[in-house]
Amino acid sequence: MAHRKLNRDAMAARVARDIPEGAYVNLGIGLPTLVANHLPTGREVFLHSENGILGMGPAPPAGEEDWDLINAGKQPVTLLTGGAYFHHADSFAMMRGGHLDICVLGAFQVAANGDLANWSTGAADAIPAVGGAMDLAVGAKATYVMMEHTTKGGEPKIVERCTYPLTGVACVKRIYTDLAVIDVTPGGLVALEWVPGLSFRELQALTAAPLVSPR
Amino acid sequence: MIDKTVARPADALADVPDGATVMIGGFGGAGQPAELIEALIEQGARELTIVNNNAGNGETGLAALLKAGRVRKIVCSFPRQADSHVFDALYRAGRIELELVPQGNLAERIRAAGAGIGAFFTPTGFGTELARGRETRRIDGRDYVLEYPIRADFALLRAERGDRWGNLVYRKAARNFNPIMATAAACTVAQVREIVPLGALDPEVIVTPGIFVNRLVTVPPAGAAR
Repeated sequence: MAHRKLNRDAMAARVARDIPEGAYVNLGIGLPTLVANHLPTGREVFLHSENGILGMGPAPPAGEEDWDLINAGKQPVTLLTGGAYFHHADSFAMMRGGHLDICVLGAFQVAANGDLANWSTGAADAIPAVGGAMDLAVGAKATYVMMEHTTKGGEPKIVERCTYPLTGVACVKRIYTDLAVIDVTPGGLVALEWVPGLSFRELQALTAAPLVSPR
Repeated sequence: MIDKTVARPADALADVPDGATVMIGGFGGAGQPAELIEALIEQGARELTIVNNNAGNGETGLAALLKAGRVRKIVCSFPRQADSHVFDALYRAGRIELELVPQGNLAERIRAAGAGIGAFFTPTGFGTELARGRETRRIDGRDYVLEYPIRADFALLRAERGDRWGNLVYRKAARNFNPIMATAAACTVAQVREIVPLGALDPEVIVTPGIFVNRLVTVPPAGAAR
């Protein structure tokens, strides 16, 4: 049966559905940043930015950028009424100290035990950069990953063991892909839902670690 | 009368020696003390070790210091940027040493230096190649890595306002690494947009108390953009 992958906005909307009012949330650079656009107006969610912002708001209108007010990706943002600024040690205390409810990170690979690889492909000529990913991965109460289910070449990104350098050990709780939502549990990877038209068997074939179906 | 203000950025940096470790505040361009960096380039100190979150953007500020060939080693968390071509070229040519540190470890190692902490156990990086070779310990069922402080000879900061005792307040997210770096250097130099009379800063909102600041210099922003 034919199935259609979720596009980036549909993925972001799916993640946003699971972020409750009152949650303190850090959204990683790239795809996870889109989640902010899909939080319903009226649901109060506290967005944290590693560079010292709680209550981060959307991008300002063109011409109103303030380059002292940027996000982790160094793009101009705004501050919501009630927001706060703080220095880097406090910002990472919020992360490492378990004060954030949810972080959403992109990934190159996630392993069946929740190992995360998202900072380096290990390529010889690559410039390494890690930023706050390792702190977020181990620090938030729940670390969610948001990524395409497979690489552009069709290789599974959910694997038995990561082949790329790790960001954190056994830290991922849930994986949102363009095909499925999968929980990482002590009993294995539990596929909670998958896109219409895709069978569980087909999902398993695109996943390089055993999936458990709750159905 | 105590007055920590100096007239020009050059006066604040005249004694930076070759081989010094210099912390530079900022996150990308926000909070980066661009005029102090320009003065450091003019001053000419070489073989520097720089501590910053990034490794320079474009051709100005930290990137210009790198391009001038003054930096032997950089300690940072995120050197790779869309416009980090100066660093990228030096790194690929083997002309700069990189110590890559997870951002929270960078912040806490700086904080530890300023707070007199000998070392600390952190969960960040455990089981990754950035913690390879480090001492680890399991505490209450969780795995931690031992990390040591980072201290500096000089810290260069950007703040919004200061007074002659060195009390500082910052502007928005330009605060970032500046307050912790202020605590971790033997000599802390702040460039501020405005120096105000003693008492003009509300003591309830001073972010960096003057004990952490040795020298201040006023640098008005170019143009009226901010």
